[in-house]
Amino acid sequence: MTPGRFIKTVVILTMVFFYLPLAIVIIMSFNAAKSPAWAGFTLRWYVELFTREYSVWNSFKNSLIVAIVSSVIATFIGTVTAVELYWRKTRIESTIWFLTYLPFVVPDVIIGISLLLLFSMLKMQLGLTTIILAHITFSIPYTMMIVYSRLQDFDKNIIEAAYDLGSTDLQVFYRVIIPNLVPGIVAAFLLAFTLSIDDFVITFFVAGPGSTTLPIQIYSMIRFGISPTVNAISTFMIVGTIFLGFILRKFVKYIF
Amino acid sequence: MRYVYLLWLIFLFVLPISIIFVYSFLEPQIYGGVQWNFTLNAYRYLPKYLNLIWRSIWIAGTATLITLVVALPVSFYIAKSRLKNFLLLLTVVPFWTNSLIRIYAWKIVLGNNGIINQFLNLLGFGPVQFLYNPFAVILVIVYTYLPFAILPLYAAMEKIENSILEASLDLGASKMYTFTRVLLPNVRMGLLTAFVFVFVPALGSYAIPDLVGGVSSRMIGNEIVRQLMTIRNWPVASAMSNLLTLIALLSIIIVMKRRGKS
Repeated sequence: MTPGRFIKTVVILTMVFFYLPLAIVIIMSFNAAKSPAWAGFTLRWYVELFTREYSVWNSFKNSLIVAIVSSVIATFIGTVTAVELYWRKTRIESTIWFLTYLPFVVPDVIIGISLLLLFSMLKMQLGLTTIILAHITFSIPYTMMIVYSRLQDFDKNIIEAAYDLGSTDLQVFYRVIIPNLVPGIVAAFLLAFTLSIDDFVITFFVAGPGSTTLPIQIYSMIRFGISPTVNAISTFMIVGTIFLGFILRKFVKYIF
Repeated sequence: MRYVYLLWLIFLFVLPISIIFVYSFLEPQIYGGVQWNFTLNAYRYLPKYLNLIWRSIWIAGTATLITLVVALPVSFYIAKSRLKNFLLLLTVVPFWTNSLIRIYAWKIVLGNNGIINQFLNLLGFGPVQFLYNPFAVILVIVYTYLPFAILPLYAAMEKIENSILEASLDLGASKMYTFTRVLLPNVRMGLLTAFVFVFVPALGSYAIPDLVGGVSSRMIGNEIVRQLMTIRNWPVASAMSNLLTLIALLSIIIVMKRRGKS
């Protein structure tokens, strides 16, 4: 069955639906007027972004720190756990899978406020540390699942062959499994990084004063007085994402 | 490391959610916090929010339905296309773009002096209020969660052999019949996964109704935050959260059971 004209139309409309709003934000970032009415081309908002919006850059720095630290830790724990689950049967396997699926469906608001209550119970000061702990928590199930699904395409015979040829467990792990897993590990890291850079709701609850991340900064800019510099920041983020997506498309396919 | 993984999720996921569970049975303190006296008062409050709960369900339900209806043909097309990888990338990129920026983009498109209204002004229709109502919330939920529905459906569609569909058509079934009787039953699991991955987070939306919704389109997520941060009634906020968590739990159990069977 080849897709008919109706289906093609739906696909084209969907792609327009996906990209038109983003395109409009990009166009608006060059608009001289503060309102969406077009009043000529300007680079003023970009100049302001680079010369005046110190808080944006500070929150960008915070976002990067959080994203790098949390995705490295989440990828490490997720990868090793996935390999363990694949390699040997373990009694806690079904518990692990249940706990892995759960965070996918528990709404962000609840993850956010429950962590807030936990941290306040433990009298932990809200800041980058609490944000990093929260981000590792929501990205760990993703990293584990991606690496695990990559492992399922893995030919177990290769491991058998390595053992037959006299490899030790450790050699099989470093010489056979890990090199074959690299695309999955990179994909897991990328997804954890994106989830972290993107997260607003959970971070909103566990961020303290002075630990604003970029999404929270953007939220307050949208909420209280729109300055078109938001369009300029958005443009950077949209173009950056598309650019990264295309460069890394080799790894993107392992994410689904 | 599997124990580190397990303990991490227990301490930073199960434990916090259990704290909410326990708090819902306690008494509120005036400035937030809880008093350790057992009571069911928080749950007695819930019927007062029946309207809000019902509204959240129909907003999330309508958005999920639209999402699935659009995702079905799109995922089918992608699965059968020679440009598969490229189209998948096009689907994932908006999902990778910051969610706040995606919501914000719709504010620019739909706002009172937004693009659509400027166009309507040219045609002589006054500004139409698109934002701050359930319509805007549904639209942005569809926009945000569409990739979440396309991806699992695509995975299911890709596994279907073309020959099965062709056999159905050769045997005289119409395209519609082939779609509903041959294709749909084969992607049941993908459809169920897509439903859960869209409906449950949509039901718990916070940022979308907060930014493009109005008083008439507030959802449970907004009320939980209001109870916690503004009214400072932690037990009521907790009881509402438990309701959402319960729905999430049930849906995940259903999906896992089904997956086990097939």
